[in-house]
Formats: sequence, C-alpha cells, structure tokens
Amino acid sequence: MGMTMSQKILAAHAGKESVKAGELLTASIDTVLGNDITTPVAVREFENAGLTSVFDKSKICIVLDHFVPNKDIKSAQQCKCCRTFANKFGIENFFDVGEMGIEHALLPEKGLVCAGELIIGADSHTCTYGALGAFSTGVGSTDMAYAMATGKTWFKVPSAIKVVLKNKPAKNVSGKDIILHLIGITGVDGALYKSLEFVGDGVKHLNMDERLTICNMAIEAGAKNGIFECDEVTERYMKDRCKRAPLRYKADADAEYERTVEIDLSALSPVVACPHLPSNVKAASGLSGIKIDQAVIGSCTNGRLTDMREAAKVFKGRHTAKGVRTIVIPATNEIYLDCVKEGLIEIFIRAGAVVSTPTCGPCLGGYMGILAENEKCIATTNRNFVGRMGHATSEIYLASPYVAACSAVNGFITDKAEGL
Amino acid sequence: MKVVGKVFKFGDNVDTDVIIPARYLNTSDANELAKHCMEDIDPTFANKVRRGDIIVAGENFGCGSSREHAPLAIKSCGAACVIARSFARIFFRNSINIGLAITECGDAADDAENGDEMSVDMASGEIVNVTKGKRYRTMPFPEEIQQIISRGGLMKAAK
Repeated sequence: MGMTMSQKILAAHAGKESVKAGELLTASIDTVLGNDITTPVAVREFENAGLTSVFDKSKICIVLDHFVPNKDIKSAQQCKCCRTFANKFGIENFFDVGEMGIEHALLPEKGLVCAGELIIGADSHTCTYGALGAFSTGVGSTDMAYAMATGKTWFKVPSAIKVVLKNKPAKNVSGKDIILHLIGITGVDGALYKSLEFVGDGVKHLNMDERLTICNMAIEAGAKNGIFECDEVTERYMKDRCKRAPLRYKADADAEYERTVEIDLSALSPVVACPHLPSNVKAASGLSGIKIDQAVIGSCTNGRLTDMREAAKVFKGRHTAKGVRTIVIPATNEIYLDCVKEGLIEIFIRAGAVVSTPTCGPCLGGYMGILAENEKCIATTNRNFVGRMGHATSEIYLASPYVAACSAVNGFITDKAEGL
Repeated sequence: MKVVGKVFKFGDNVDTDVIIPARYLNTSDANELAKHCMEDIDPTFANKVRRGDIIVAGENFGCGSSREHAPLAIKSCGAACVIARSFARIFFRNSINIGLAITECGDAADDAENGDEMSVDMASGEIVNVTKGKRYRTMPFPEEIQQIISRGGLMKAAK
C-alpha cells in the first residue's frame, strides 16, 4: 500500500521505511513553536519536570504575538515569562516587539520552515506551513514542553482526504473562498484526525499567500494537517528565505484516501461563513441584508501582502461606510513595510480605516477591536464561534479580504463595490 | 480510575472559545481559569459543577484553539471526566497529556441527560448511567497512550 505525502514525511522523521494510517509512532521534530499564550504553560511544565536543557536552541521558535504589544499587566507578565525562558536557554528564534509578527506569517517569511520538514506548534493554526509542503500541526503546551526537551513527539499516523483543485479560480475568488467552500462541504469535523492533501491543476494558479490561507484553516475542518505538493511556486518562495534545501514529497499513485473532494475553482464565487461555525458557508452575494459594525482585515489567515493588496484594490478611491469601524492589521513588520512602500497604508487611512501593528488582537477577542452586545463584524479571520471576538451575543462573519473590504465600504455584507 | 458524578450535558462542536474564552488567557492560573469555564454557553456552570461531575457532549468536543487552558479549566473546576461522541484532536492530546479523563462513547453521550448520575471506569472502559439503568462499553486507549497516562502524564517521561 502506498503512502500519502503526510505519511511519507512522518515515516522519514520516525526512521521508518513505511507507515500506515492508525499506527502510533515517535518522530523527530525539525521545529517546535510557541506563542505568548501557550509558552508560559509549557515553561511551567518544563520547570515542574525539573528540566535544565533544551534539545536544540536553533529549532525552537517563540513568537510573542497574541496579546502583544502587552494589552494589560497579566499579558505583560506572560511575555516576561517567555522572554526570561528564551534568554536563559539562548533560544535563537525568539521574536519580541519590533521583530515579531503573527507567528504563522512570520515563520515562512523568515525561512524557518521548509518543504519536507516536520513542525509542531502550540497553536492550532500551525497547520499553515503545509502550504510549503511540510507536515505541520498544532499541539498543546505540554507537547511543546516535551518537544523542547527531547526534540520528539508522538503521533497517530493520519488517514487522508484528497482535495483536487481544478481550473483557474473565478474572478475575485481567493484562497479564503476555496477553503471556506471546502469546510462547507466537509463540516467542522469532516476531516477530524485526517490530513487534507491538496493537488490538481488548479494549484498552480494559487500563489504562496493563498496556499498559506488554505492550509491555515485545515484545522477548521478538524484536520490534523493540510498539505500542498512543493512545486516551482514553493521553491521560488523559499529561495532567498530558507537556508535549508527543500525536500519534495509526492503521494504514491496507490496511496489510500478515505475520500476525494473535487472543486472546480472556475465555478466558485466569493463566500462568507456565517455565525457560529466556519462550516456555515453562504454566497456573499445573498447576504446584503446584514449590516455590519466592524470589518477586520488581518490575522494569520489573511494578513499577508496579497491580502493587503486585495483590500487596497477595493479601498482605493472609496471610503468606509458611516458607522463601520475598519481595522487593518498587516501580519508582520515586513508586510507592513511593503504596504508602506506600495502606498497601501495611505489608501487604508484615506478610506477611513485604522492600521495596527502586527498582533492576533481581535481575532481571538484579545484586544484592538472587541465587539459589544449584538454587534456584527465581517472578518478575514478563521473562527466565528460564540464570543470569539467579544460579547457572547456579537456575531462574526468570515470572508476574504476582498469581500471584507467591499462590505466595509457598503456597510453591509457584499462582494461588490461601485465602479469595481 | 473510577469516576461517579452528575451529568452536565452540552451539544455538538463545543469549542475551546466557549470552554475558556480568550479574554481570560492572560493567565494560566488553573483556579482563575476554572471560574470562567463554559461561561459563554452556560454562565452558571462554574458555580454549579461539583467535584467528580461529568461533562457529556456530542460531536467534536474541544474544537478550535490548541489552548491547554481548556482541559485545565475543566479539570480544575472539578469535572472529573468528559464523555463525548467525538473529540477534536488537539483537545484529545491535551487531555491525555495533562491527565483529564476523557472517553468517546456515542450511545452513552446520546442517552445522558442533565442531572443523570453516571459512573465511568477508565481502566475497564465501562460506563454506567445509574439514573437510566444503562451500561455501555468503550474502546480502551491504545497501549502507548495508556502508558503516558499510567506514567502520570507526558512530562514524567521527558527527564
């Protein structure tokens, strides 16, 4: 029996010729990641276990991004805990204010994750790096602590769903629309414990930012990981960023898939995931009755340069509707700087938006855009659970940067803007 | 390990944002987290739950974020076990790693109602709904997982 891409990477990191779905194994980790929410819990576990060394200070990444710059005293204490730990053990990839960005935009940008590698992170959206052809998955803080000490972790080898992307995406259809459409098909647990493996002739039409968006939300289908084959687009992206050579993995012709989902990208239209599940997907064009109070454009899902450009395309020469608060958050300082150079920041500000320093902030209801009772927000983020962005009666509608920007200028949910 | 307690019943897709909202993640103090457990779907839960009680839920319990604060909040508010039709995978890992008893049993989850008295024997895999007079069998964990639990959690093996 052949292996999937994900299974091949796991086998290689467990020193095995072959593995099969359901098998438990211990694998060596190339990178372990934590943030300012999950690292303090890992540090406590690490210290309580009496550990005095890390397995490799160059293979641990700690990124302060969730409640940073510190939103309150408790958050400041948590960051201090991360900082003290990073200094004590000489963690080479520790990113504090000024260097940090949203972790899942930052690590690929810095070339810290590479095709063929095995990455775990104490953040559920660690599955993002599958876009580069890596096996990458979210774990908890205790897993992070164990991996920091030993360089290893345990896995149950996942079965897989094959997602065949066909043809060129229709106009204004982005990576976000593709993954939301897929989650609409699978449901929020349709890929539970499984890999989502993205293949097909449509892949070549997706740039790296769009692939990162797609893999980022694999977890929202319940998946263990999402993964794209490493191709020329991937190699071009990693060249000049990553010092390590990419390893290309391809699924065997006889690899077993539990299910195959085919998506004709040319037949898609912009979509929105309505409250309170990412699987509650509807056509954006049919939601014009929903007035919004806020639009958030950013996050580990959609805070990259492609996303900023898509939003700016709409905001150029247009203004946010009265009564709508628009918050734009480029995901890293590098992206922020690119936005400055391309004149996008001026477009956002003239459109009546505010532009924030990189932070996860409002996505998880931390700060920088919390919703009041019964308020509605269109967001390019990844979750629309009850209370996620603020008050338990507030509502989040998930969409692409293009749809979020169109909605911001109109004041209601739409995939159109006058004159566009 | 045997648990006997009263059932608190929830539905499908109980996510980590409602188990412990992110606005409380500026601390990892377990007692502080416990006060806000389930706050956005049942504001009375944290006050009502008693040591040994059992959370029963539907599909995909614990979906969403990787926050270990979620199983920590459940464990420290007193709930001794979660029975669900299925668990989201990171929540599943985290619960094993911190020693929160969890078990998948669709029939037991479907039948249980708020206030039922239930018992769960993690070693034998037997679940009893005392109120309804029903017994259920669950699949025991694979041996490797049982070893993590019997060693007292993942970190005991790291030294």
